[in-house]
Amino acid sequence: MTTANASTPDTKTLSGRSGPRGSLNGWSRRHLAWLGLLPFLAYSTVFLVVPGISVAVSAFHTQSGRFTTTYVVALWHGQFLAANENSIELAVVTALSGGIVGLLAAYCMITLDRPRWLRSFVTTFSGVAANFAGVPLAFAFVATLGTTGAVTKLLANDLGINLDKLGFSLASVTGLSVVYTYFQVPLMVLLVAPAIDGLRSEWREAASNLGASGMRFWRHVGLPILAPSILGAMVLLFASAFAAYATAVALTSGLVTLVPTLIGSYLSGNVIVDPQMGQALGLDMIVILLIAVSAYLPLQRRASRWSR
Amino acid sequence: MVALSKDRPRHTSQAPQAPQTLKVLWLVLVASYFVIPLLATAVFSLQGPHGQYSLAAFTEELSKAAFLRSFLLSLRLAGETIVVSIVLMVPTAYWVHLRLRRARPLVEMISFLPFVVSPVVLAVGVENVFRKGPSWFVGSPNVLVAVYVVLSFPFLYRALDAGLRSVDIRTLTEASQSLGVSGPGTLGRVILPNLASAILAGSLLTFAIVMGEFTISSLLLFNTFGVYIDYVGTNQATGAAALSLISFVLTWIAMGGIALALQRRGAGRQFMIGGR
Repeated sequence: MTTANASTPDTKTLSGRSGPRGSLNGWSRRHLAWLGLLPFLAYSTVFLVVPGISVAVSAFHTQSGRFTTTYVVALWHGQFLAANENSIELAVVTALSGGIVGLLAAYCMITLDRPRWLRSFVTTFSGVAANFAGVPLAFAFVATLGTTGAVTKLLANDLGINLDKLGFSLASVTGLSVVYTYFQVPLMVLLVAPAIDGLRSEWREAASNLGASGMRFWRHVGLPILAPSILGAMVLLFASAFAAYATAVALTSGLVTLVPTLIGSYLSGNVIVDPQMGQALGLDMIVILLIAVSAYLPLQRRASRWSR
Repeated sequence: MVALSKDRPRHTSQAPQAPQTLKVLWLVLVASYFVIPLLATAVFSLQGPHGQYSLAAFTEELSKAAFLRSFLLSLRLAGETIVVSIVLMVPTAYWVHLRLRRARPLVEMISFLPFVVSPVVLAVGVENVFRKGPSWFVGSPNVLVAVYVVLSFPFLYRALDAGLRSVDIRTLTEASQSLGVSGPGTLGRVILPNLASAILAGSLLTFAIVMGEFTISSLLLFNTFGVYIDYVGTNQATGAAALSLISFVLTWIAMGGIALALQRRGAGRQFMIGGR
Protein backbone atom coordinates (compact mmCIF):
# COMPACT_ATOMS: atom_id res chain seq x y z
CA MET A 1 0.00 0.00 0.00
CA THR A 2 2.72 2.44 1.01
CA THR A 3 4.95 1.44 -1.90
CA ALA A 4 2.26 2.36 -4.36
CA ASN A 5 1.81 5.64 -2.54
CA ALA A 6 5.43 6.60 -2.33
CA SER A 7 6.61 5.53 -5.78
CA THR A 8 4.69 8.14 -7.74
CA PRO A 9 3.84 11.06 -5.51
CA ASP A 10 3.69 13.62 -8.30
CA THR A 11 1.70 11.71 -10.91
CA LYS A 12 -1.08 11.14 -8.42
CA THR A 13 -3.13 14.12 -9.41
CA LEU A 14 -2.70 13.50 -13.08
CA SER A 15 -3.46 9.81 -12.98
CA GLY A 16 -6.28 10.31 -10.55
CA ARG A 17 -8.10 12.61 -12.90
CA SER A 18 -7.54 10.77 -16.13
CA GLY A 19 -7.63 7.22 -14.86
CA PRO A 20 -4.80 4.78 -14.34
CA ARG A 21 -3.97 4.54 -18.05
CA GLY A 22 -2.77 8.12 -18.08
CA SER A 23 0.07 7.57 -15.63
CA LEU A 24 3.61 7.16 -16.81
CA ASN A 25 4.65 3.91 -15.17
CA GLY A 26 1.09 2.65 -15.33
CA TRP A 27 1.82 -1.04 -15.36
CA SER A 28 3.42 -1.40 -11.97
CA ARG A 29 1.09 1.14 -10.39
CA ARG A 30 -1.95 -0.62 -11.71
CA HIS A 31 -0.82 -3.91 -10.30
CA LEU A 32 0.53 -2.62 -7.02
CA ALA A 33 -2.77 -0.92 -6.33
CA TRP A 34 -4.40 -4.34 -6.09
CA LEU A 35 -2.27 -5.01 -3.01
CA GLY A 36 -4.48 -2.59 -1.13
CA LEU A 37 -7.41 -4.88 -1.77
CA LEU A 38 -5.56 -7.94 -0.53
CA PRO A 39 -6.88 -7.99 3.07
CA PHE A 40 -10.49 -7.80 1.92
CA LEU A 41 -10.04 -10.35 -0.85
CA ALA A 42 -8.20 -12.75 1.46
CA TYR A 43 -10.79 -12.40 4.20
CA SER A 44 -13.77 -12.94 1.95
CA THR A 45 -12.06 -15.88 0.26
CA VAL A 46 -11.40 -17.66 3.55
CA PHE A 47 -14.69 -16.97 5.31
CA LEU A 48 -17.16 -16.64 2.46
CA VAL A 49 -16.03 -18.03 -0.89
CA VAL A 50 -14.26 -21.18 0.29
CA PRO A 51 -17.08 -22.21 2.67
CA GLY A 52 -19.60 -21.61 -0.12
CA ILE A 53 -17.58 -23.66 -2.61
CA SER A 54 -17.05 -26.43 -0.06
CA VAL A 55 -20.82 -26.86 0.22
CA ALA A 56 -21.21 -27.04 -3.56
CA VAL A 57 -18.37 -29.56 -3.88
CA SER A 58 -19.49 -31.73 -0.95
CA ALA A 59 -22.96 -31.96 -2.47
CA PHE A 60 -21.43 -34.08 -5.23
CA HIS A 61 -19.39 -36.34 -2.99
CA THR A 62 -20.11 -39.18 -0.60
CA GLN A 63 -18.79 -39.02 2.92
CA SER A 64 -15.83 -41.14 1.87
CA GLY A 65 -15.05 -38.67 -0.92
CA ARG A 66 -16.36 -40.56 -3.95
CA PHE A 67 -18.06 -38.50 -6.69
CA THR A 68 -21.82 -38.99 -6.86
CA THR A 69 -24.90 -37.23 -8.14
CA THR A 70 -27.25 -39.23 -5.88
CA TYR A 71 -27.84 -36.41 -3.38
CA VAL A 72 -28.38 -33.70 -5.93
CA VAL A 73 -30.78 -35.91 -7.87
CA ALA A 74 -32.66 -36.66 -4.65
CA LEU A 75 -33.52 -32.95 -4.38
CA TRP A 76 -36.24 -33.55 -6.97
CA HIS A 77 -37.99 -36.18 -4.88
CA GLY A 78 -40.01 -36.69 -1.72
CA GLN A 79 -39.54 -34.39 1.24
CA PHE A 80 -36.75 -32.45 -0.46
CA LEU A 81 -39.04 -31.48 -3.31
CA ALA A 82 -41.73 -30.64 -0.75
CA ALA A 83 -39.26 -28.47 1.18
CA ASN A 84 -38.42 -26.56 -1.99
CA GLU A 85 -42.09 -26.12 -2.85
CA ASN A 86 -42.94 -24.89 0.65
CA SER A 87 -39.98 -22.52 0.78
CA ILE A 88 -40.67 -21.08 -2.66
CA GLU A 89 -44.38 -20.70 -1.93
CA LEU A 90 -43.62 -18.92 1.35
CA ALA A 91 -41.08 -16.65 -0.33
CA VAL A 92 -43.30 -15.78 -3.31
CA VAL A 93 -46.42 -15.18 -1.20
CA THR A 94 -44.65 -12.93 1.31
CA ALA A 95 -42.69 -11.10 -1.39
CA LEU A 96 -46.04 -10.24 -2.98
CA SER A 97 -47.93 -9.45 0.25
CA GLY A 98 -45.03 -7.57 1.82
CA GLY A 99 -44.24 -5.92 -1.51
CA ILE A 100 -47.72 -4.59 -2.18
CA VAL A 101 -48.49 -3.53 1.40
CA GLY A 102 -45.03 -1.98 1.74
CA LEU A 103 -45.23 -0.15 -1.58
CA LEU A 104 -48.58 1.43 -0.69
CA ALA A 105 -47.34 2.29 2.81
CA ALA A 106 -44.21 3.94 1.39
CA TYR A 107 -46.33 5.88 -1.08
CA CYS A 108 -48.65 7.11 1.70
CA MET A 109 -45.72 7.98 3.94
CA ILE A 110 -44.04 10.09 1.26
CA THR A 111 -47.10 11.90 -0.09
CA LEU A 112 -48.63 12.81 3.27
CA ASP A 113 -47.07 16.11 4.34
CA ARG A 114 -48.60 16.15 7.79
CA PRO A 115 -47.71 15.27 10.47
CA ARG A 116 -44.11 16.24 9.91
CA TRP A 117 -42.67 13.53 12.14
CA LEU A 118 -44.50 10.82 10.18
CA ARG A 119 -41.76 10.19 7.71
CA SER A 120 -38.80 9.86 10.02
CA PHE A 121 -40.91 7.82 12.40
CA VAL A 122 -42.04 5.35 9.73
CA THR A 123 -38.49 5.08 8.40
CA THR A 124 -36.99 4.38 11.83
CA PHE A 125 -39.77 1.97 12.71
CA SER A 126 -39.21 0.17 9.41
CA GLY A 127 -35.56 -0.19 10.33
CA VAL A 128 -36.55 -1.71 13.65
CA ALA A 129 -39.19 -4.06 12.27
CA ALA A 130 -37.06 -5.16 9.31
CA ASN A 131 -34.31 -6.20 11.70
CA PHE A 132 -36.61 -7.51 14.42
CA ALA A 133 -36.74 -10.96 12.92
CA GLY A 134 -35.91 -14.36 14.23
CA VAL A 135 -36.74 -15.78 17.62
CA PRO A 136 -38.22 -12.64 19.29
CA LEU A 137 -40.54 -12.14 16.31
CA ALA A 138 -41.67 -15.75 16.57
CA PHE A 139 -42.54 -15.31 20.26
CA ALA A 140 -44.34 -12.05 19.59
CA PHE A 141 -46.63 -13.92 17.21
CA VAL A 142 -47.08 -16.84 19.58
CA ALA A 143 -48.31 -14.29 22.13
CA THR A 144 -50.65 -12.86 19.48
CA LEU A 145 -51.92 -15.63 17.22
CA GLY A 146 -50.75 -18.76 19.05
CA THR A 147 -53.29 -21.10 20.60
CA THR A 148 -53.48 -18.94 23.75
CA GLY A 149 -52.51 -15.71 22.00
CA ALA A 150 -54.23 -12.41 22.75
CA VAL A 151 -55.86 -12.02 19.34
CA THR A 152 -56.82 -15.70 19.17
CA LYS A 153 -58.63 -15.39 22.52
CA LEU A 154 -60.24 -12.10 21.53
CA LEU A 155 -61.58 -13.59 18.29
CA ALA A 156 -62.85 -16.71 20.03
CA ASN A 157 -64.48 -15.02 23.05
CA ASP A 158 -65.92 -11.86 21.52
CA LEU A 159 -66.52 -12.75 17.89
CA GLY A 160 -66.95 -16.50 18.07
CA ILE A 161 -64.22 -17.09 15.50
CA ASN A 162 -62.16 -20.13 16.32
CA LEU A 163 -58.90 -19.86 14.40
CA ASP A 164 -57.97 -23.42 15.26
CA LYS A 165 -61.20 -24.81 13.81
CA LEU A 166 -60.71 -22.69 10.71
CA GLY A 167 -57.49 -24.59 10.20
CA PHE A 168 -55.17 -21.68 11.02
CA SER A 169 -51.95 -22.50 12.75
CA LEU A 170 -48.74 -20.50 13.09
CA ALA A 171 -46.86 -23.70 12.29
CA SER A 172 -48.02 -23.84 8.68
CA VAL A 173 -47.04 -22.13 5.45
CA THR A 174 -50.02 -19.77 5.87
CA GLY A 175 -49.09 -19.02 9.49
CA LEU A 176 -45.47 -18.41 8.56
CA SER A 177 -46.60 -16.10 5.75
CA VAL A 178 -48.43 -13.93 8.27
CA VAL A 179 -45.31 -13.77 10.45
CA TYR A 180 -42.80 -13.21 7.63
CA THR A 181 -44.89 -10.30 6.34
CA TYR A 182 -43.80 -8.53 9.53
CA PHE A 183 -40.25 -8.10 8.27
CA GLN A 184 -41.12 -8.04 4.55
CA VAL A 185 -43.32 -4.91 4.67
CA PRO A 186 -40.73 -2.66 6.36
CA LEU A 187 -38.00 -4.04 4.12
CA MET A 188 -40.10 -3.02 1.13
CA VAL A 189 -40.68 0.44 2.59
CA LEU A 190 -36.94 0.96 3.04
CA LEU A 191 -36.16 -0.36 -0.43
CA VAL A 192 -38.73 1.53 -2.54
CA ALA A 193 -39.01 4.81 -0.65
CA PRO A 194 -35.96 6.30 -2.43
CA ALA A 195 -37.46 5.40 -5.81
CA ILE A 196 -40.83 6.96 -5.01
CA ASP A 197 -38.97 9.99 -3.72
CA GLY A 198 -37.22 10.19 -7.05
CA LEU A 199 -40.47 10.66 -8.98
CA ARG A 200 -40.13 14.30 -9.86
CA SER A 201 -43.06 16.60 -9.37
CA GLU A 202 -42.35 18.06 -12.81
CA TRP A 203 -43.39 14.74 -14.34
CA ARG A 204 -46.65 14.77 -12.48
CA GLU A 205 -47.29 18.36 -13.44
CA ALA A 206 -46.37 17.75 -17.07
CA ALA A 207 -48.72 14.79 -17.24
CA SER A 208 -51.54 16.67 -15.62
CA ASN A 209 -50.98 19.69 -17.89
CA LEU A 210 -51.36 17.36 -20.83
CA GLY A 211 -54.66 16.27 -19.37
CA ALA A 212 -53.67 12.94 -17.84
CA SER A 213 -55.83 11.73 -14.98
CA GLY A 214 -54.34 10.15 -11.86
CA MET A 215 -54.79 6.65 -13.24
CA ARG A 216 -53.23 7.57 -16.56
CA PHE A 217 -50.27 9.20 -14.88
CA TRP A 218 -49.54 6.03 -12.94
CA ARG A 219 -50.13 3.75 -15.92
CA HIS A 220 -47.96 5.60 -18.40
CA VAL A 221 -45.41 7.45 -16.31
CA GLY A 222 -45.27 6.55 -12.61
CA LEU A 223 -45.39 2.77 -12.68
CA PRO A 224 -43.12 2.30 -15.73
CA ILE A 225 -40.47 4.38 -14.00
CA LEU A 226 -40.94 2.63 -10.67
CA ALA A 227 -41.30 -0.88 -12.14
CA PRO A 228 -37.61 -1.88 -12.02
CA SER A 229 -37.29 -0.64 -8.42
CA ILE A 230 -40.46 -2.44 -7.35
CA LEU A 231 -39.51 -5.69 -9.08
CA GLY A 232 -35.96 -5.50 -7.76
CA ALA A 233 -37.16 -4.91 -4.21
CA MET A 234 -39.58 -7.83 -4.47
CA VAL A 235 -36.80 -10.10 -5.69
CA LEU A 236 -34.82 -9.13 -2.57
CA LEU A 237 -37.89 -9.86 -0.42
CA PHE A 238 -38.09 -13.28 -2.06
CA ALA A 239 -34.46 -13.92 -1.18
CA SER A 240 -34.88 -12.71 2.39
CA ALA A 241 -37.88 -14.98 3.03
CA PHE A 242 -36.32 -17.94 1.27
CA ALA A 243 -33.21 -17.68 3.43
CA ALA A 244 -34.96 -16.96 6.76
CA TYR A 245 -34.22 -19.64 9.32
CA ALA A 246 -34.59 -18.45 12.91
CA THR A 247 -38.27 -17.45 12.78
CA ALA A 248 -39.26 -20.72 11.14
CA VAL A 249 -37.32 -22.85 13.62
CA ALA A 250 -38.70 -21.06 16.67
CA LEU A 251 -42.28 -21.22 15.35
CA THR A 252 -42.56 -24.64 13.76
CA SER A 253 -39.76 -26.70 15.32
CA GLY A 254 -39.61 -28.67 12.08
CA LEU A 255 -43.36 -29.21 11.57
CA VAL A 256 -43.20 -27.41 8.23
CA THR A 257 -40.48 -28.72 5.93
CA LEU A 258 -38.52 -25.78 4.55
CA VAL A 259 -35.13 -25.80 2.86
CA PRO A 260 -33.27 -23.76 5.54
CA THR A 261 -34.75 -25.65 8.50
CA LEU A 262 -34.04 -28.99 6.83
CA ILE A 263 -30.40 -27.94 6.33
CA GLY A 264 -30.35 -26.97 10.00
CA SER A 265 -31.54 -30.36 11.15
CA TYR A 266 -28.87 -32.07 9.07
CA LEU A 267 -26.14 -29.83 10.43
CA SER A 268 -27.18 -30.20 14.06
CA GLY A 269 -27.30 -33.97 13.64
CA ASN A 270 -31.05 -34.39 14.11
CA VAL A 271 -31.11 -36.35 10.87
CA ILE A 272 -28.52 -39.09 10.72
CA VAL A 273 -29.41 -40.83 7.44
CA ASP A 274 -27.43 -39.46 4.49
CA PRO A 275 -25.81 -36.46 6.20
CA GLN A 276 -24.56 -35.34 2.78
CA MET A 277 -28.14 -34.32 1.92
CA GLY A 278 -27.51 -31.22 4.04
CA GLN A 279 -24.76 -30.21 1.60
CA ALA A 280 -26.99 -30.88 -1.41
CA LEU A 281 -29.74 -28.73 0.10
CA GLY A 282 -27.12 -26.05 0.75
CA LEU A 283 -26.21 -26.09 -2.94
CA ASP A 284 -29.93 -25.97 -3.76
CA MET A 285 -30.24 -22.81 -1.68
CA ILE A 286 -27.13 -21.21 -3.19
CA VAL A 287 -28.48 -21.81 -6.71
CA ILE A 288 -31.96 -20.41 -6.02
CA LEU A 289 -30.57 -17.33 -4.25
CA LEU A 290 -28.02 -16.87 -7.04
CA ILE A 291 -30.87 -16.78 -9.57
CA ALA A 292 -32.72 -14.22 -7.44
CA VAL A 293 -29.66 -12.00 -7.01
CA SER A 294 -28.80 -12.19 -10.72
CA ALA A 295 -32.32 -10.96 -11.44
CA TYR A 296 -31.94 -8.17 -8.88
CA LEU A 297 -28.69 -6.62 -10.07
CA PRO A 298 -29.80 -5.69 -13.63
CA LEU A 299 -33.10 -4.39 -12.27
CA GLN A 300 -31.17 -2.27 -9.81
CA ARG A 301 -29.00 -0.87 -12.60
CA ARG A 302 -32.05 -0.08 -14.67
CA ALA A 303 -33.75 1.59 -11.70
CA SER A 304 -30.79 3.85 -10.97
CA ARG A 305 -31.14 5.42 -14.45
CA TRP A 306 -33.75 7.78 -13.13
CA SER A 307 -32.08 8.70 -9.90
CA ARG A 308 -30.62 12.19 -9.92
CA MET B 1 -51.39 25.46 -5.88
CA VAL B 2 -53.09 25.19 -2.53
CA ALA B 3 -55.55 27.92 -3.39
CA LEU B 4 -56.37 26.28 -6.68
CA SER B 5 -57.07 22.92 -5.19
CA LYS B 6 -59.56 24.47 -2.84
CA ASP B 7 -61.63 26.02 -5.62
CA ARG B 8 -61.56 23.32 -8.22
CA PRO B 9 -61.83 19.59 -8.46
CA ARG B 10 -58.47 18.08 -7.64
CA HIS B 11 -57.76 16.24 -10.87
CA THR B 12 -57.81 19.28 -13.12
CA SER B 13 -55.25 21.35 -11.31
CA GLN B 14 -53.34 19.19 -8.86
CA ALA B 15 -50.89 16.41 -9.37
CA PRO B 16 -52.79 13.12 -9.33
CA GLN B 17 -52.94 11.65 -5.83
CA ALA B 18 -55.09 9.40 -3.72
CA PRO B 19 -57.26 11.20 -1.15
CA GLN B 20 -55.61 11.97 2.18
CA THR B 21 -58.10 10.09 4.32
CA LEU B 22 -57.53 6.90 2.34
CA LYS B 23 -53.79 7.20 2.91
CA VAL B 24 -54.17 7.81 6.62
CA LEU B 25 -56.55 4.86 6.85
CA TRP B 26 -54.09 2.59 5.10
CA LEU B 27 -51.20 3.63 7.35
CA VAL B 28 -53.33 3.09 10.45
CA LEU B 29 -54.31 -0.36 9.21
CA VAL B 30 -50.71 -1.33 8.50
CA ALA B 31 -49.57 0.17 11.79
CA SER B 32 -52.05 -1.95 13.74
CA TYR B 33 -50.59 -5.10 12.19
CA PHE B 34 -47.23 -3.99 13.53
CA VAL B 35 -48.31 -2.75 16.92
CA ILE B 36 -50.68 -5.56 17.98
CA PRO B 37 -48.03 -8.31 18.24
CA LEU B 38 -45.85 -5.96 20.29
CA LEU B 39 -48.71 -5.09 22.61
CA ALA B 40 -49.66 -8.74 22.95
CA THR B 41 -46.07 -9.58 23.84
CA ALA B 42 -45.94 -6.77 26.40
CA VAL B 43 -49.21 -7.84 28.02
CA PHE B 44 -48.09 -11.45 28.03
CA SER B 45 -44.75 -10.62 29.65
CA LEU B 46 -46.50 -8.69 32.43
CA GLN B 47 -48.70 -11.59 33.45
CA GLY B 48 -47.87 -12.61 37.00
CA PRO B 49 -48.12 -16.14 38.32
CA HIS B 50 -51.57 -15.54 39.83
CA GLY B 51 -53.20 -13.69 36.99
CA GLN B 52 -52.28 -10.21 38.23
CA TYR B 53 -49.94 -7.87 36.36
CA SER B 54 -46.38 -7.80 37.57
CA LEU B 55 -42.83 -7.22 36.47
CA ALA B 56 -41.84 -10.62 37.84
CA ALA B 57 -40.91 -12.05 34.43
CA PHE B 58 -38.49 -9.19 33.82
CA THR B 59 -36.83 -9.13 37.24
CA GLU B 60 -36.60 -12.91 37.32
CA GLU B 61 -35.13 -13.20 33.83
CA LEU B 62 -32.70 -10.36 34.23
CA SER B 63 -31.27 -11.74 37.47
CA LYS B 64 -30.44 -15.15 36.02
CA ALA B 65 -26.77 -15.91 35.56
CA ALA B 66 -27.47 -17.72 32.28
CA PHE B 67 -29.15 -14.62 30.88
CA LEU B 68 -26.25 -12.43 31.87
CA ARG B 69 -23.73 -14.84 30.39
CA SER B 70 -25.48 -15.05 27.01
CA PHE B 71 -26.15 -11.32 26.91
CA LEU B 72 -22.57 -10.43 27.69
CA LEU B 73 -21.34 -12.92 25.11
CA SER B 74 -23.50 -11.29 22.43
CA LEU B 75 -22.35 -7.83 23.51
CA ARG B 76 -18.73 -8.92 23.27
CA LEU B 77 -19.30 -10.50 19.86
CA ALA B 78 -21.03 -7.34 18.64
CA GLY B 79 -18.12 -5.18 19.78
CA GLU B 80 -15.49 -7.43 18.22
CA THR B 81 -17.44 -7.76 14.98
CA ILE B 82 -17.78 -3.99 14.69
CA VAL B 83 -14.06 -3.44 15.24
CA VAL B 84 -12.92 -6.13 12.80
CA SER B 85 -15.37 -5.20 10.07
CA ILE B 86 -14.51 -1.50 10.26
CA VAL B 87 -10.77 -2.15 10.23
CA LEU B 88 -11.30 -4.37 7.19
CA MET B 89 -13.91 -2.41 5.25
CA VAL B 90 -13.02 1.28 5.73
CA PRO B 91 -9.56 1.05 4.10
CA THR B 92 -11.01 -1.24 1.40
CA ALA B 93 -13.84 1.12 0.50
CA TYR B 94 -11.46 4.11 0.60
CA TRP B 95 -8.92 2.36 -1.57
CA VAL B 96 -11.54 1.33 -4.12
CA HIS B 97 -12.83 4.88 -4.36
CA LEU B 98 -9.47 6.57 -4.53
CA ARG B 99 -7.13 4.31 -6.39
CA LEU B 100 -8.80 1.23 -7.73
CA ARG B 101 -12.08 2.19 -9.29
CA ARG B 102 -11.79 -0.77 -11.65
CA ALA B 103 -12.14 -3.08 -8.68
CA ARG B 104 -15.42 -1.54 -7.68
CA PRO B 105 -17.71 -4.06 -9.45
CA LEU B 106 -15.68 -6.88 -7.92
CA VAL B 107 -15.89 -5.50 -4.38
CA GLU B 108 -19.58 -4.75 -4.85
CA MET B 109 -20.16 -8.29 -6.05
CA ILE B 110 -18.29 -9.86 -3.14
CA SER B 111 -20.05 -7.66 -0.59
CA PHE B 112 -23.32 -8.83 -2.11
CA LEU B 113 -22.37 -12.52 -1.85
CA PRO B 114 -23.75 -13.02 1.69
CA PHE B 115 -27.19 -12.76 0.08
CA VAL B 116 -26.31 -15.78 -2.07
CA VAL B 117 -24.49 -17.77 0.61
CA SER B 118 -27.14 -17.29 3.29
CA PRO B 119 -26.43 -17.72 7.03
CA VAL B 120 -27.57 -21.36 7.17
CA VAL B 121 -25.37 -22.33 4.23
CA LEU B 122 -22.50 -20.28 5.62
CA ALA B 123 -22.79 -22.25 8.86
CA VAL B 124 -22.62 -25.53 6.90
CA GLY B 125 -19.63 -24.27 4.89
CA VAL B 126 -17.74 -23.01 7.93
CA GLU B 127 -18.35 -26.34 9.63
CA ASN B 128 -17.00 -28.11 6.51
CA VAL B 129 -13.88 -26.00 6.24
CA PHE B 130 -12.92 -25.36 9.85
CA ARG B 131 -14.12 -28.54 11.56
CA LYS B 132 -10.55 -29.67 12.02
CA GLY B 133 -9.19 -26.17 12.58
CA PRO B 134 -7.38 -24.99 15.71
CA SER B 135 -9.54 -25.10 18.83
CA TRP B 136 -8.75 -21.50 19.87
CA PHE B 137 -10.65 -20.58 16.75
CA VAL B 138 -13.30 -23.25 16.16
CA GLY B 139 -13.92 -24.12 19.79
CA SER B 140 -14.35 -20.50 20.83
CA PRO B 141 -16.82 -17.80 19.82
CA ASN B 142 -14.01 -16.25 17.73
CA VAL B 143 -15.37 -18.23 14.82
CA LEU B 144 -18.68 -16.38 15.19
CA VAL B 145 -16.92 -13.00 14.96
CA ALA B 146 -15.23 -14.14 11.75
CA VAL B 147 -18.57 -15.10 10.21
CA TYR B 148 -20.50 -12.08 11.53
CA VAL B 149 -17.98 -9.81 9.81
CA VAL B 150 -19.00 -11.48 6.54
CA LEU B 151 -22.67 -10.86 7.33
CA SER B 152 -21.90 -7.16 7.78
CA PHE B 153 -20.35 -6.84 4.30
CA PRO B 154 -23.49 -5.91 2.32
CA PHE B 155 -24.74 -3.04 4.43
CA LEU B 156 -21.40 -1.82 5.74
CA TYR B 157 -19.96 -1.54 2.25
CA ARG B 158 -23.09 0.22 1.03
CA ALA B 159 -22.99 2.67 3.93
CA LEU B 160 -19.30 3.44 3.40
CA ASP B 161 -19.77 3.68 -0.36
CA ALA B 162 -22.55 6.23 0.06
CA GLY B 163 -20.50 8.10 2.67
CA LEU B 164 -17.47 8.26 0.39
CA ARG B 165 -19.57 9.43 -2.53
CA SER B 166 -20.90 12.35 -0.54
CA VAL B 167 -17.46 13.85 0.15
CA ASP B 168 -14.79 14.70 -2.38
CA ILE B 169 -12.22 12.26 -1.06
CA ARG B 170 -9.82 12.80 -3.91
CA THR B 171 -9.45 16.50 -3.20
CA LEU B 172 -9.28 15.87 0.53
CA THR B 173 -6.57 13.26 0.04
CA GLU B 174 -4.54 15.49 -2.28
CA ALA B 175 -4.83 18.42 0.09
CA SER B 176 -3.78 16.28 3.01
CA GLN B 177 -0.81 14.80 1.17
CA SER B 178 0.38 18.11 -0.15
CA LEU B 179 0.54 19.19 3.48
CA GLY B 180 2.84 16.24 4.08
CA VAL B 181 0.52 13.80 5.84
CA SER B 182 1.26 10.12 5.27
CA GLY B 183 -1.22 7.66 3.71
CA PRO B 184 -2.47 6.11 6.97
CA GLY B 185 -2.48 9.57 8.55
CA THR B 186 -4.76 10.84 5.81
CA LEU B 187 -7.10 7.93 6.31
CA GLY B 188 -7.21 8.41 10.08
CA ARG B 189 -7.28 12.20 10.36
CA VAL B 190 -9.03 13.34 7.19
CA ILE B 191 -11.16 10.57 5.75
CA LEU B 192 -12.42 8.92 8.94
CA PRO B 193 -13.96 12.07 10.43
CA ASN B 194 -15.84 12.62 7.18
CA LEU B 195 -17.10 9.05 7.28
CA ALA B 196 -18.03 9.18 10.95
CA SER B 197 -21.78 9.12 10.47
CA ALA B 198 -21.64 6.30 7.91
CA ILE B 199 -19.38 4.28 10.21
CA LEU B 200 -21.62 4.94 13.19
CA ALA B 201 -24.70 3.88 11.25
CA GLY B 202 -22.98 0.73 10.00
CA SER B 203 -21.81 -0.10 13.53
CA LEU B 204 -25.28 0.31 15.00
CA LEU B 205 -26.79 -1.93 12.36
CA THR B 206 -24.08 -4.52 13.02
CA PHE B 207 -24.88 -4.23 16.71
CA ALA B 208 -28.60 -4.83 16.12
CA ILE B 209 -27.93 -7.83 13.90
CA VAL B 210 -25.37 -9.50 16.16
CA MET B 211 -27.52 -8.99 19.28
CA GLY B 212 -30.40 -10.82 17.61
CA GLU B 213 -28.40 -13.39 15.69
CA PHE B 214 -29.63 -16.94 16.12
CA THR B 215 -29.04 -19.00 12.97
CA ILE B 216 -25.27 -19.36 12.96
CA SER B 217 -24.69 -19.37 16.70
CA SER B 218 -27.31 -22.04 17.31
CA LEU B 219 -26.03 -24.23 14.48
CA LEU B 220 -22.42 -23.89 15.65
CA LEU B 221 -23.59 -24.52 19.25
CA PHE B 222 -22.81 -21.24 20.97
CA ASN B 223 -25.05 -19.83 23.67
CA THR B 224 -25.65 -16.29 22.45
CA PHE B 225 -28.53 -14.02 23.49
CA GLY B 226 -30.68 -15.17 20.54
CA VAL B 227 -30.10 -18.82 21.36
CA TYR B 228 -30.87 -18.17 25.01
CA ILE B 229 -34.23 -16.52 24.19
CA ASP B 230 -35.15 -19.59 22.16
CA TYR B 231 -34.12 -21.87 25.03
CA VAL B 232 -36.22 -19.91 27.54
CA GLY B 233 -39.16 -20.09 25.14
CA THR B 234 -39.21 -23.88 25.26
CA ASN B 235 -40.19 -23.96 28.93
CA GLN B 236 -41.12 -20.49 30.13
CA ALA B 237 -43.32 -18.39 27.89
CA THR B 238 -43.57 -15.18 29.95
CA GLY B 239 -39.81 -15.03 30.35
CA ALA B 240 -39.37 -15.44 26.59
CA ALA B 241 -41.88 -12.65 25.97
CA ALA B 242 -39.96 -10.38 28.35
CA LEU B 243 -36.67 -11.15 26.60
CA SER B 244 -38.27 -10.60 23.18
CA LEU B 245 -39.33 -7.13 24.29
CA ILE B 246 -35.83 -6.38 25.53
CA SER B 247 -34.49 -7.47 22.16
CA PHE B 248 -37.02 -5.21 20.46
CA VAL B 249 -35.96 -2.24 22.58
CA LEU B 250 -32.29 -2.90 21.74
CA THR B 251 -33.11 -2.88 18.03
CA TRP B 252 -35.09 0.32 18.52
CA ILE B 253 -32.18 2.02 20.27
CA ALA B 254 -29.82 1.01 17.46
CA MET B 255 -32.16 2.26 14.72
CA GLY B 256 -32.95 5.47 16.59
CA GLY B 257 -29.18 6.01 16.81
CA ILE B 258 -28.84 5.52 13.07
CA ALA B 259 -31.66 7.97 12.39
CA LEU B 260 -29.98 10.54 14.65
CA ALA B 261 -26.54 9.95 13.17
CA LEU B 262 -27.82 10.53 9.67
CA GLN B 263 -30.40 13.18 10.40
CA ARG B 264 -28.57 15.87 8.50
CA ARG B 265 -28.01 13.76 5.45
CA GLY B 266 -31.59 12.55 5.37
CA ALA B 267 -30.40 9.23 4.08
CA GLY B 268 -31.00 7.03 7.09
CA ARG B 269 -33.17 4.49 5.43
CA GLN B 270 -30.59 2.93 3.16
CA PHE B 271 -28.46 2.13 6.19
CA MET B 272 -31.16 0.24 7.99
CA ILE B 273 -31.35 -2.76 5.71
CA GLY B 274 -29.41 -5.57 7.27
CA GLY B 275 -28.88 -9.18 6.39
CA ARG B 276 -30.71 -12.01 7.97
